[in-house]
This record gives sequence, structure tokens and C-alpha cells, in this order.
Amino acid sequence: MQVPDVFEYERASSVDDAIALLEKHGDEARLIAGGHSLLPMMKLRLAVPEVLIDINDLEGLDHIRIDGDEIAIGAMVRHAALLESALLAEHYPIFADAERVIADPLVRNRGTIGGSFCQGDPAEDLASVGTALRGSAVIRSSAGERTVPIREFHQGPYETAVGDAEMLVELRFPIRTHIGSAYAKVERRVGDWAVAAAGAFVQLDGDQIADVGIGLTAVGADGFTCPEAEDLLRGGPATPERFADAAQLCHDLCAPVTDQRGPEDYKRHLARELTRRVLHRATARARGEES
Amino acid sequence: MTTTEVPTSAEGNPIGFGRMHRKEDARFLRGQGTYVDDVTLPGMLHGAILRSPFAHARIVNIDTSAAEAHPRVRAVITGETLEGLGLAWMPTLSQDTQSVLATDKVRFQGAEVAFVVADDRYAARDALELIDVDYEPLDAVVDAKKALDPDAPVIRDDLEGREDNKIYDWEAGDAEHCAEVFDQADVVVTQEMLYPRVHPAPMETCGSVASMDPVSGKLTIWTTTQAPHAHRTLYALVAGLPEHKIQVISPDIGGGFGNKVGIYPGYVCSIVGSIVTGKPVKWMEDRAENLMSTSFARDYHMTGSIAATKDGTIQGLKVDVLADHGAFNGVAQPTKFPAGFFHIFTGSYDYDAAHCNVRAVYTNKAPGGVAYACSFRVTEAVYLVERMVDCLADELGMDPAELRMKNLLRPEQFPYTTPTGWEYDSGDYPRALKEAMRLAGYDELRAEQAERRRAFEAGETNQLMGIGLSFFTEGVGAGPRKHMDILGLGMADGCELRIHPTGKAVIRLSVQSQGQGHETTFAQIVAQELGIPPEDIDVVHGDTDNTPFGLGTYGSRSTPVSGAAAAVVSRRVKDKSRIIAAAALECSPDDLEWEHGRWFVKGDPDNGKTIQEIAFASHGNLELPEGVEGHLDATAVYDPPELTYPFGAYICVTDVDAGTGEVKVRRFIAVDDCGPRINPMIVEGQIHGGLADGVGMALMEVIAFDPEGNNLGGSFMDYLLPTSMECPSWETGETVTPSPHHPLGVKGVGESATVGSPAAVVNAVLDALQIRSADMPLTPAVVWRAMQGSPLRNDLAIE
Amino acid sequence: MQVTMTVNGDEVTRDVEPRMLLVHFIRDELGLTGTHWGCDTSNCGTCTLWVDGEAVKSCTVLAAMAGGRDVHTVEGVAQNGELDAVQQGFLEEHGLQCGFCTPGMIMTAKWLLERDPDPDEGTIREAISGNLCRCTGYENIVRAVRWAAEHPAGADEEVSA
Repeated sequence: MQVPDVFEYERASSVDDAIALLEKHGDEARLIAGGHSLLPMMKLRLAVPEVLIDINDLEGLDHIRIDGDEIAIGAMVRHAALLESALLAEHYPIFADAERVIADPLVRNRGTIGGSFCQGDPAEDLASVGTALRGSAVIRSSAGERTVPIREFHQGPYETAVGDAEMLVELRFPIRTHIGSAYAKVERRVGDWAVAAAGAFVQLDGDQIADVGIGLTAVGADGFTCPEAEDLLRGGPATPERFADAAQLCHDLCAPVTDQRGPEDYKRHLARELTRRVLHRATARARGEES
Repeated sequence: MTTTEVPTSAEGNPIGFGRMHRKEDARFLRGQGTYVDDVTLPGMLHGAILRSPFAHARIVNIDTSAAEAHPRVRAVITGETLEGLGLAWMPTLSQDTQSVLATDKVRFQGAEVAFVVADDRYAARDALELIDVDYEPLDAVVDAKKALDPDAPVIRDDLEGREDNKIYDWEAGDAEHCAEVFDQADVVVTQEMLYPRVHPAPMETCGSVASMDPVSGKLTIWTTTQAPHAHRTLYALVAGLPEHKIQVISPDIGGGFGNKVGIYPGYVCSIVGSIVTGKPVKWMEDRAENLMSTSFARDYHMTGSIAATKDGTIQGLKVDVLADHGAFNGVAQPTKFPAGFFHIFTGSYDYDAAHCNVRAVYTNKAPGGVAYACSFRVTEAVYLVERMVDCLADELGMDPAELRMKNLLRPEQFPYTTPTGWEYDSGDYPRALKEAMRLAGYDELRAEQAERRRAFEAGETNQLMGIGLSFFTEGVGAGPRKHMDILGLGMADGCELRIHPTGKAVIRLSVQSQGQGHETTFAQIVAQELGIPPEDIDVVHGDTDNTPFGLGTYGSRSTPVSGAAAAVVSRRVKDKSRIIAAAALECSPDDLEWEHGRWFVKGDPDNGKTIQEIAFASHGNLELPEGVEGHLDATAVYDPPELTYPFGAYICVTDVDAGTGEVKVRRFIAVDDCGPRINPMIVEGQIHGGLADGVGMALMEVIAFDPEGNNLGGSFMDYLLPTSMECPSWETGETVTPSPHHPLGVKGVGESATVGSPAAVVNAVLDALQIRSADMPLTPAVVWRAMQGSPLRNDLAIE
Repeated sequence: MQVTMTVNGDEVTRDVEPRMLLVHFIRDELGLTGTHWGCDTSNCGTCTLWVDGEAVKSCTVLAAMAGGRDVHTVEGVAQNGELDAVQQGFLEEHGLQCGFCTPGMIMTAKWLLERDPDPDEGTIREAISGNLCRCTGYENIVRAVRWAAEHPAGADEEVSA
């Protein structure tokens, strides 16, 4: 059976303690929350950290709550909690859409939103959800907290804005009115990573699209999104034709890579097809036509 | 046989055939099964295998010094070590040889290179990192279609005189007659198809714990084997150990499906490790090792042609196969049949022209081919004919059910000899197909499909619907000793039955359950024959020191062969019990009648003796007729006169999202005829499992290779198994056509659904799309590409 | 490092490497071999047990991470030798064949029923979707969980019914 290489184990008692441990051990230390991304890589010895800092004891990072005009989600919130959150279901059903197709219930019991964001996998569903919603990430270090737009959080495959001795502590999403949101994913089998997926929110002002956000998963979309498609839609009428035009832009501007999940042309097709579908569903939800 | 005739024991179990809880479940439910990895011996060490990262490379040097210096490492074994013992190569089950630890070259990614023995499994794993192997990479043969190109590298340069990668050409049927029929046929449809490389992937991987007692010279090996006796004999032949000094114990096995028939290098390494260190050595492969190195299944590139009249009377079927066997010919099958039972490809239909040619080649991939509940390649055969019949229906514009019904063999044709020489024992095929269509509501489904198609064409929906059929006939229960052996070992099974003085019984079997419920089914056979309650019968299996010889469990052979042996041995006991009962009742055995475990005097039902009373009397001082020994114990060896031929009709209903290519199996209706069902609950469970296999293979399972020969299915993240979400709620039905030559009339069922179901799923998807062909697995990408008319090739890296 | 946790109600302490996986701690250190492992990659679920009341895959949890926590395995399910409702359901409905995935399935099914005592078929299928079974085709596992939902007192209830 595959086993990780040797490392030292530390258990952090607070966020400050975790950051102090990161500072103490330098860049060979990694935080571990659910461990469902990191441990498999360690078993394959693709990741060989010298120190693991267990942050499962940390308190105050497992909230999903309204904070001012935003929804704040602690970094240690497990996927299962995101799936079941009534607050998120009310404001952003896109979370439940996505969570329902992330891994499986047991993995969702362990994996955390912070872990998913920090892993930075190009096929990570929550990354494109966060991108679609134009949320922000709160990152803490011993120098204090800084807030980074999620659209600047992911800096490349497996690279994020979280620096050495920093820790992602919270994700924040603006509360919007007259909106709907949705996520759609094609996978080879339940629990698999996405062949491709798309998420969107649509904010209506009458029949006009006041604002829109699009997230694209596993199709090599720059920054997990397609701003050109958003710009095309914003301020115009919410019609099938315009959705199709925006979806076509996603198709044209993404840069998927062929792998065993599918060839490049198929993934490009899915970027279009799924974008079109989520725009329709998000709009229907905004209109109260669909739950 | 109806269950209402069967009396019930004090514990509520049928004393004979019928539904009852499984006896083995008590330990499994409590987590108290004993699988190989649960075996721990005093002083036990742990082994790990270093495997090749290359598909084809020459080994220049192996430096093990750093690994040997690891403080917890006890031994590092290489091919060189084994060469000294004459064990670097071992015979395969197909008269080829296979490298145990590579000496000259590695021939597939994952090939065994070195074996580390350490104090614990973590240290053994760590030490693998410390072995430095200098490889000289060679071009790899990845595409079977290029294996015989003139410039293809020769993989088996270890074999004397070998100048290419061909293993064999083999044919069956009458090519000349076939050519005549095809020349004159109204319609000929030709179709290429691939049954891709898949893997049985049982939940428990393969492994062994070997313990060589240096004093007694006895080797005990706990191992994941479906065929403990065959393994014992092979170890004796391979290692030169005396066979009576080898004990193979197959404890609880976490699924086999053919993955645990062969002998793998890791087993041999654990034995050598124990000999070298003087300690017991455990080796358990991880999942990647299981998927990358142990027996895969299928990998048949097939080109079929079917001939028919224009009104849909099938006249002939021929097929050319390119079989990818990997780097060693390691398939497990009866010696006479290098392509297994593939030549049963004529299927369930009435025509007389058939021919197949199978060309097998070496490639730089793991060895194997016959596994995954395939009934010795009946799976590939059924897939071929059932796809070809659908291609013909498409060509003729006929309903595939109507076409099948028109051509199915009729009940009065049995016993039926096929154009390639199989003798089907019994069957009522139209009845099974009608029953499946009735359960499915076939006409209503077709009406719904037509409406859906209309809506799709009108742009109202992107959901298409398909209905797929498959009708299969299997040949199982290998096999008659005059025709079938593996490495010279005939395929007959021994059985021993001991009746204790108090009437409790112990039956000893050579076959080995991997989940099939033998401890229950075989007790029920004895119960049926002798009237002893099943809870009073202990079933012993999986230990070569305590069971008679037999070739093991695969090819759905346990009930057809060992089940018959159990019936025969029970009848011997019963015959003897009659003599003893007659002595006790002071009458002639001819005056006795048998009912429900009791002999009684004809016309005087109160005057009788139960089997339990007779058992006690057989050990007592009762005066027995001259020549009759006491006790009731008996033994038997069953040599099946013929195979048995279970069959079935399957219907699959799928919904296909034409926008994304996603497939959902909505319903699956399976009507199986395996003869009488000993325990209907267990039989249905076997069918359920096979149907899930079919969905898995049809929709997601495949091991592909990139141009360098890297295995692209080496973990459960890449090799996808169906979950509860892809499987519908199975709808099962049955017809019962007993086998005329089996003592119990039973036909075997373990592999039926795996064999029969993939074609139904594929036919359903293609029916939805109105496309003639696409190869498994029908992933969303494959379906979408097929819809675009640019199909993907599933055995290679997607380009 | 020293790790202390509660397993099936008993406090246990062992000196282990920080990298030891919980599944190995349970199997090799404690000898509770009912928890199996099948895939290394947290796909198969045969290593499922409970940590602090949540069903988790123990091949992807460090023993160190379970320190101070409350672990339950299949060995702790039967009480006084009597099968509980889920185990009885698997027996009644033939929810197991080779038995290898069974402990993980049982632990997942019990977790589901704790949260939802009357789940429908779809809910059951989703709950066990991270537990692979190669033998049963899942149908009888679904029926087993339904049986348990309908007979919360297990075999006792059936006898009295």
C-alpha cells in the first residue's frame, strides 16, 4: 500500500499558532485540513513536506454567515456543510449544485473549502464557483490580514496567492439581489473530476442582465472565467440568443487540454454547452421559475 | 423443483434448495473475515516490489546497496538472485514463460524488477526509493495493430529463434463454407469493434504470506487464489519443492473475478523472501500494482461480418480477431483452446456458416487476457455476435427484437451442435426473450422512444432514449477431462463428505469462494440430497491440506463441476445409508423408500430411520451385511461429461444527453436461465453483480496506454468502477431449463451477467443515437465524438 | 510520536510514526482487521470508519490527526454479539458477497441512518456512492439499508413482528 515519506507532525491550536509554526518551519511545511488532496499526493511522493501542521483543532473557521453585505465562509468549512447550508441555498444555489458533484459524501465530510482553494487544481469546482461569484479571499499572516479577489487568487495550476507563512482563513461573497446561480458539470462517473464544468450567476434588472459572473472548470480558461462573455451579457437582455453568443465566446476563448477525460474539441464544446445551460438555469432561478 | 416441497429446519432454513441467509455472513458482518492481509504470523516481515517505470527497456545495472544499508531492510532480491535459484522465469498457464524479476529487459510498465523484505511495510516502501536501476529505454509496442510491423521491436528476444511478436494464429469453423454463404447472401454487414482492455479489479488486491519452515521444509502460503490446488501443483513444478510439503491456504477472498487465478511474481517473491530470511514474509500489492501488473481482461480487436437474407434470416458469421496478450502469454484457459471459448461466437442463433481467426500478439503491456468473469472469452464472443446482430438490424431496418426472435434456436433443436462444434445442452430461447420483453414493456418503450425522438427533432429536448437487447449463451463448467486441462491437469473436481455419528456433516471442496456463497450453496446441495439441515453441514474449502484436489473457481465452474461432485458424493452416502437402514429395520434395502432425510418401509411410513439415526448406527455395533463397512463417509471425483449452457435475454434502457454525451442507464431487465436455482437469493446476487460489471465496462472501464507505453488506468482515479449512482435498480426474471446431463440440472451463473450485459448497454446507447458503432467505454467524450462522426480510439491515449 | 484516541469506547495509546495512516493504525497496531483498505486514493471506501461521528476514509487520515478523537469501527457495531439493524439488513437482503467492502458500507450506512432514519432509494444511493462494491451491483445494499430503516430494532423487531 502506498504510504507517505517521513515528516514531522505539529498540531496547531489557533490560527496564530498555525502561522507561527509556518514561520518556524519555513517553506517545507504544509498545512493539512481534510487532507484529501494533500495526502494522496504525499502517498505518491509527489508532495514531500518535511512538516505537516494539522489545523483541524482551529476554532472560528467553520462559519457560514452573513457579515455585512457579504456571506462569509470560514476556510475550515467542510464540503458537506456547504452542501447542506440553508443560507447558501437561499443566496447561492450554485454551491449546492457544485458540492453535489464534488467527490463523494465521505470525502465531503473531510475536505474543506480552504483546502480546495489552496490546492489550486485546475479542475477544482469550487474555484470556478468562487470565480463566477467574484468573491474574495481573506489571507492572514503575522503581519495581519489582507483580502484578495478570488479572480486574483489562482495564479496558475497549483499556484495561489497564499504566500509562505500565510493562511487562507475566510472566503467572502457579496450578497446580491434579483439573482440566480447554477453550476453544471460533466464527469465520466459520479465522484470523478470534471471533464468540464461551468457556473454562473445572473443578476436581473427586469429583463436586462444587470450583472453576471461566469466560472469555467477544467477547460484551461484564463483565471477560471471568460470576461469577454460576461461583458457581452452585462447590460443586455437575458435572451437565449445572447446566452448562446456568450457561450460561444467561452468556447472560442478557453484553452482545454486533451487527456483521458476527453479531447480538446469536446471540452471546448462543453464549455459552450454548459455555459449556455447554467445561464439559462441561473436566469430561471432569478425569475423564480426554478428552484 | 419448487421451494414449497422443501421442509424447513428448526432454524427456519430450507433443508434443500431455497432462499436462506448465507452462513458465511456472520463473520463478514462483524468485520471478522480473515483475508490475506489480516494474516499476521510471529516474526513476519513485509515485502514490496520495485517496478519498471518503462514499458520496454534494457536493464543495464541494478544497485541495491543503499536499500540493503537501510536499517530495517532484511533482504533485497533481484533477478540475479533468482537466477541463482532457477526462479528468474516461471511458466505461465499457457505454455509460455514469464519473468518473475527482470534480468535482461523490462517488457511492460509495472514489470517486477526487485523485491525488498523489511521489518514493516513502510520501511519496505521506503527502501524501494533507494534502489538505483540503470535502464536503457527501448521503443515500445503499444498499438497491437503495429505489433507485427516489420520494424516493430521484438519483445520476446528471450525466446530462442523469436523474430517477431506473433504468439499464434488459431482458427475454428469452416472458412470455405462461410465464403460460399457470404458470396451468395443478400446482405453482408461488416463492422470493426474493440473490446478494450479492462481489469477485474476486485476490492481486495492480490497478495500472499509465505512461511517456509526451515526445520520441516514445509512451505505454507496464505494467498489470494481462486485455485489453491492448481497453485500448489504449480509451485511444486516451478520451485522444485515436493508437493506434499506445500500447503496453500486461500482464506476469505475479497473478490476474484479471474484476477486471482494465475500465479504472480509477487507470490513467488514472498516465498523466496521467506526462504532467504527464514521468516514469514507478507506481500500485498497496492491498487496501482493490481491495475498495472496483474491479469487484465479482453483487449480483442474484432472485425465481424454477418450474412443474411433480405428478410432477416441470418446465414453466417465470421470474425477476425487481433488479440493483445501483453508481454507474456499468461492467459488461463484449457490447453486445447488458445483463444479460450471464443469460438462460441455463433451465439444463440440458427445458421450453419461460421469461421473465426484469432491472431495473438505480444505488446509491451501487462500480461493476461482471460479474466473478469469472462467464461474463457465467451464475453468477447457474445459481445461480437450481439453487436453484429444489431448492425444487421440497422442495415435491414428491422426491430432488433424481431430479428433476434426470428433467428433464435428453437427448443426442439436441443441438444444442438453449433457450426464450431459446441453441443448446447438445453434451452428455450424464445421463451426467455419473450419474458424479458414482457417485463420491459417492450412495445410501450418503443412508443416512448419514438415520441422522444420526435421531440428531439423538433428541438424540444436534448434527451434521447435507447433500448438495447442482448441474448447470450455461455458454455461453462469446464470441463470434460477428455477435452480440457490446464498445464496437463484435467478439469475434474474431487469432493469428500464425512457424516459424523450424530448426523452432522462436513463437506470438503476443491473450489474456492471469492464471495459466491459456497459455504451456503454446497450445504444446501447436501441438505437437498440427504435431508440434513444446512446449519448442520460445515463446508471446508481453501486449504489444500484439508480438501481434495480440483482446479478451482473460475469459468462459472463451481456449481456445474463441484456442485455435481457434491451431489454425487451425497448420493453415495445415501445409497450406503439405505443398506444400513435396512439392516437396522431388518428388511431388504429394496423395501425402503426415501423422503425428507429418512428411509422408511414401503407401506409402513412410521417404521423408518432418519439419516441422523442411520449415521449413529453406522458407527455402532449393528450387524451389517457382508462386505459393508461402517460409517457413511464417501468421496467422489466428478468429470463433467459436457459443459453446461446457461443463457439469458437482457434489455437495457438508456437516456442519452445529446448535448453532452452523458449516458444514464434508466432500466435493466435481465431474464436468466441457469437451470434450477439452489439458493435464488445468491443466484440473483450473482446476476446483479455481473450487470454492474456490464455497466462499468460499457460506460467507463478501460486501461489505455500512451505512445510510450505508460499505463493510463493505474489507479481508481483513472480506472473507474461503477458506483451506486450509475447502476439502476436491476429488474430480474427467470426461466428454468434444466441441464439434462448435470445431476442437479444446474448450469452455473457466476459470469452470465458480466458476459451478457455489456452488449445490451452499448446497443441501447447506439439505438438512442441511431449510430451503428462506437467502442466501449462509452464515456461522454466517446459518445459525443461518435455523434460527430469522428470516433475516438479507446485503447490509446486520446489525441 | 505518541497517539491516544478512543476506539470503540476504549482509550488506546501507541507510539507510531507521524506518517502512519489511520487505517494502518487500526489494522496493524490495534489488530482491528475489519477495516480494510482497497485503493490508496480515497476512492473505494472500504476503509470507512467514524471519527467524531463522521464517516471518513481512514486511508486518507493520519493516525496523528485522529489523536484525541473518538473512532468507531465495524467491530464496535454489534452489541453483545447481536447484529445491529444495519448488519441484520445486510444479512436479510444479501447485501454482501465477498464481504470486503462490507465493513465500510456498514459504517457509511449507519452514518446515513443517524442523519436520516428514513432515507429513500436515491438518498441511499448517493450516500454510498463513495463506497465501491464489485460483487453486489449495489441493489441489495440499497435494500439492506432500507430494511434497517424499516426495522430500527433489528432482528428483535422482526421476531416480534
